[in-house]
Amino acid sequence: MLEALEGSQAVARAVAMCRPEVVAAYPITPQTHIVENISKLVADGKLICELVSVESEFSAASVVLGSSAAGARSYTASSSQGILLMTEVLFNIAGLRLPVVLTCANRAVSAPINIWNDHQDSMAVRDAGWIQIHCVDNQEAVDTSIQAFRIAEATELPVMVCMDGFVLTHTLETIEMPDQKLVDKYLPPLNFSRKLDPRAPLSLGTLVGPEHFTEARHSHHAALMKSTAEILAADADWAALTGRSCGGLLTVEGPEDARTAIIIMGSTVCTIREAMSVYPTKRKAKLIKLRTFRPFPAAEIRAACEGCKDVVVLERAISPGAGGILGVEVKAALMGMKRQPVVHEFAVGLGGRDIPLETWPRLMDAVARDGEPSFSILDVELEKLPVEER
Amino acid sequence: MIEVRIHGRGGQGNVVAAYLLATAAFEEGRHCQAFPSFGAERRGAPVTAFVRIDDNPIQRRCQVRAPDFLIIQDSGLLHVAGVTEGLKPGGGVLVNSPRASDDVAAETGRPTIALPASQLAADILGRPMPNVALLAAFLTITGIVPVDALGKALGHRFKGDVLERNRKLIDAAAALVPAGLWREAAHA
Repeated sequence: MLEALEGSQAVARAVAMCRPEVVAAYPITPQTHIVENISKLVADGKLICELVSVESEFSAASVVLGSSAAGARSYTASSSQGILLMTEVLFNIAGLRLPVVLTCANRAVSAPINIWNDHQDSMAVRDAGWIQIHCVDNQEAVDTSIQAFRIAEATELPVMVCMDGFVLTHTLETIEMPDQKLVDKYLPPLNFSRKLDPRAPLSLGTLVGPEHFTEARHSHHAALMKSTAEILAADADWAALTGRSCGGLLTVEGPEDARTAIIIMGSTVCTIREAMSVYPTKRKAKLIKLRTFRPFPAAEIRAACEGCKDVVVLERAISPGAGGILGVEVKAALMGMKRQPVVHEFAVGLGGRDIPLETWPRLMDAVARDGEPSFSILDVELEKLPVEER
Repeated sequence: MIEVRIHGRGGQGNVVAAYLLATAAFEEGRHCQAFPSFGAERRGAPVTAFVRIDDNPIQRRCQVRAPDFLIIQDSGLLHVAGVTEGLKPGGGVLVNSPRASDDVAAETGRPTIALPASQLAADILGRPMPNVALLAAFLTITGIVPVDALGKALGHRFKGDVLERNRKLIDAAAALVPAGLWREAAHA
């Protein structure tokens, strides 16, 4: 049914429709309304689930690690500093190959203290071994949340659903909410193959010495690389049921013969999509909406950039002392192409700075200028800094 | 597309106002988007919220810098720099104030309607929450969607006596403003 819903509320309902058996979360800042709404559904008897309010994000992640290992469908949500406090456990969840689903309401990381949106938090745990999927709007956040359980349980890998904090979580918009029956049809009950069960004992997370650790890492990497098939299948099956696809690993919009491409993750896709029609630029450009950051779809990015002279990467997080993060991975993906495009990395919207429509023509102007550095922060206002720090 | 910016103080229900206006538009089959300006809200601090209404799905997610209309929940904010900034030519300002509209218009320099929204709410709801009265007036003046849609939107949040009182408040506020005065600006 089509409804006008706040992103957090819609995601909470979508998660509830997946019938999680355990939800654990730290309920205070930097939490979103997602778990607040889940706790309401539990209190109202609309969701039968063990809801554990814990004293820190470290514990939230630890609880879902344990419950998932015991075979229960498990969910948590956090953002920013909360994700960082979970970090050690996030690596453990992934290393133990547990099918946990986590919503990361993407926000900046302190200091200075900032509660607003960018992608620094999920980027900080990029290497934890989770599948990371970005959503461009709240419809995708709802649909991806449901797909995430299916992907996690089929691949036995944890899935982080990344949705822009505030820009999506706190925005009310028109969302098609799926029917419970349809979700039940799409997502069968979890039957975890390696669950801890006293009737069939096994050990989990034991010490692994140098003679096997490398193989464990290889296996984890291989599982991530192979998970693309399930990510695509989960989206295709969802599309067959609902008519809505979230775009698999990535989607390309705009003229095929464009010589310029822009790669974006998250809700900025929507603003730039409109800006591209409001500000038609001299050069034809296509929009590459990157949905899956882990596993990183290098071959698909290469194919999407075929024939391009310039590839602009919109960075929503930075690696101080190096530059962009997504851009580096895009460059690596494009290495060795016959006619290798020039990659321009521009960070925008750090810590919630507004990303207006005019960002698009500004980006195109910057690309056209000669001698620009390959990485810069497009919307930095240098006059706010002392001269020696510019 | 119609873009509205709501200015108020923390505790006046600014975000709820934005959500209600968007939901009212949704009830009439329009696409909508509403979001706060994401401050670390505190009671009394200036808060901004944004609403977009369109016949087509809304893509842009940036803040509203050039609103078609402004809704000001606390008239004291008219003296805060930037509050009326960016208002489109022909756009109107709806202000919560017991003063005459002409008086307030002289200060804003823009088409302005004043409504004693806090007083109306205090009388009818028993709480001086200006948001619902202002939204009822806003829909009446602009005709963006029928004012009944606001009642429907409130029906998702309230029931019983509270909903009844809010419906009375909607009628009272709508009766105090010139219906359709800004219709042209809203349909331009």
